[in-house]
Amino acid sequence: MSGRTMNKSRLGALPWIAPALIMIAVFVIWPAFEMIRTSFQNVGATGQSKGWAGWSNYHTLFLNPDLKNVLIRTFIWVVCVVFFTMIISLPVAQLLNAQYPGRKVVRWSIIVPWAASLVMTSTAWKWILDAYYGVLNEIAIDLHLRKESFDWLADTRQSFIWLMVVAVFVSVPFTSFVILAGLSTIPNDIKEASHVDGATSWKSYKHITFPLLKPSLFVAAVINLINVFNSFPIIWVITQGGPGYETDTTTTLAYKISFRDQDVGQSASMAAINFLIILVFIGFFLKASKNQEQN
Amino acid sequence: MSTQVLPKRHKRFTGKKVTLTISAWTMGLLFFAPYLQMILTALKSQEEITAIPSTYLPKKWAFENFIGVWKEIPLATYLKSSFIISICATLIVIVIAIPAAYYVARNNFRGKKLFLLLVLVTQMFAPTALVVGIFREIVAFKLVDTYLALILVYAAFNMAFSIWILSSFFASIPKEIEEAAWIDGCSRFTTLTKIVLPLALPGLVTAFIFTFIAAWNEFVIALTLTSSPEHEPLTVGLTSLIGQYQVQWNFLFAGSLIAIVPVVILFALIEKWLVGGLTAGSVK
Repeated sequence: MSGRTMNKSRLGALPWIAPALIMIAVFVIWPAFEMIRTSFQNVGATGQSKGWAGWSNYHTLFLNPDLKNVLIRTFIWVVCVVFFTMIISLPVAQLLNAQYPGRKVVRWSIIVPWAASLVMTSTAWKWILDAYYGVLNEIAIDLHLRKESFDWLADTRQSFIWLMVVAVFVSVPFTSFVILAGLSTIPNDIKEASHVDGATSWKSYKHITFPLLKPSLFVAAVINLINVFNSFPIIWVITQGGPGYETDTTTTLAYKISFRDQDVGQSASMAAINFLIILVFIGFFLKASKNQEQN
Repeated sequence: MSTQVLPKRHKRFTGKKVTLTISAWTMGLLFFAPYLQMILTALKSQEEITAIPSTYLPKKWAFENFIGVWKEIPLATYLKSSFIISICATLIVIVIAIPAAYYVARNNFRGKKLFLLLVLVTQMFAPTALVVGIFREIVAFKLVDTYLALILVYAAFNMAFSIWILSSFFASIPKEIEEAAWIDGCSRFTTLTKIVLPLALPGLVTAFIFTFIAAWNEFVIALTLTSSPEHEPLTVGLTSLIGQYQVQWNFLFAGSLIAIVPVVILFALIEKWLVGGLTAGSVK
């Protein structure tokens, strides 16, 4: 390091990083602070604050009859979507990495769900699942799986499963590209060596490739965890969390309480809890990166 | 390798390759299928869409839908809003991220770790998680239903990616090149603009495209902060059409495709740098 850059005081850095710091302070930290403050305030329907409310917003939230089911559903949502995303992404990454004609086209087609807006992808799925004109009904009838049109989204449990299918569908591309990046860091001679030793492809995958992929898998899992927990457009476009609150997660619930039911205080307390949950996830992530640094 | 062994090996190899190719293509098709359905629906007439029994392919390919869509829905207005918001947010991000990334890549300073941690946390916090707070803040600033509100929020939340990607590009440029320029009497600023930035061009392009797409695709904040059709970006404008009594799926998807196609092409261009930027916090 040259002498010129060695002895920089904190002020030396400020002109360079201050604009970034100001943006983060004003549009990330302040809203977080404002949200938590609001959760302890009495807020009128017009959004006007009417003084401190203590824990009463949290009290209202915990008495909300829908909360328990929403919490359970959010847990199922996050665990199932992340789990299936990881399980499916492993073979997908393997296929993206292999050599065959048309690999570029296959890679491009997997990029599409990643690049396209979630809202538009969700709209396409809503249309595919349409009870009267949806193509899924058409396929099901043509394959003799069903005799007549069926409303895939009529039953709450079933529509929630479809929401999870869409969430996995949009999460797999990013995840498999992270795993693909991990695969390309594994030196070829390691794989070749195991072949020379007579290991079958499955064995060499299980004992050599997979353990080396673990860091990428962990990073992908935590990023997915946060994204899936925050996921809004899929649920909003396909079911709006309805009927009632029966397909809501805590993220859509916070939004609905605030912007539909106009109970800003209660919504802020839900959002503050979501905020804390994400902080815990970020803690996981930091710990994972520390571990990786040490390895 | 002897020539006698070759054909046998070759044959076994092809069998495996055929299976591999078929499964890879099937997978590609599965991931593309919803968009294929979008394309096919966009090319059907309204009568064909609601016909029973329906057909997979349009009987009559209604390419004119891509012209009609501009009249049927306010697509031009939505596109204009999306474009203005996304390009302004991107420019702000680039202007702010360059100096921060450059300084971080080149210097050790007290508080560097804290700064990087802060950037990482911003990246992890999708605006969705803070939408209630953001809304109250924007109300306090009297910026509800303006482009500016969306521009500022998008810029703040998407800065992190650009800082990661740019600082890794800056760090890969040998210091000696810069030092030579300093000796020649260039100021730090000139060195940055004339020497460092051109060398980091792929990083700049990646940061630019990524931010633009993130802003272009954003939904929750736009849904919350806009209320008039003139200020709604495309994601909000198009979804508002679903709520209507009779959804014109063909025009809805024609509009969506006009928005998706350029974005997918841009995304494919920067794909090889994306993973690095998105998982950067874990390797710093």
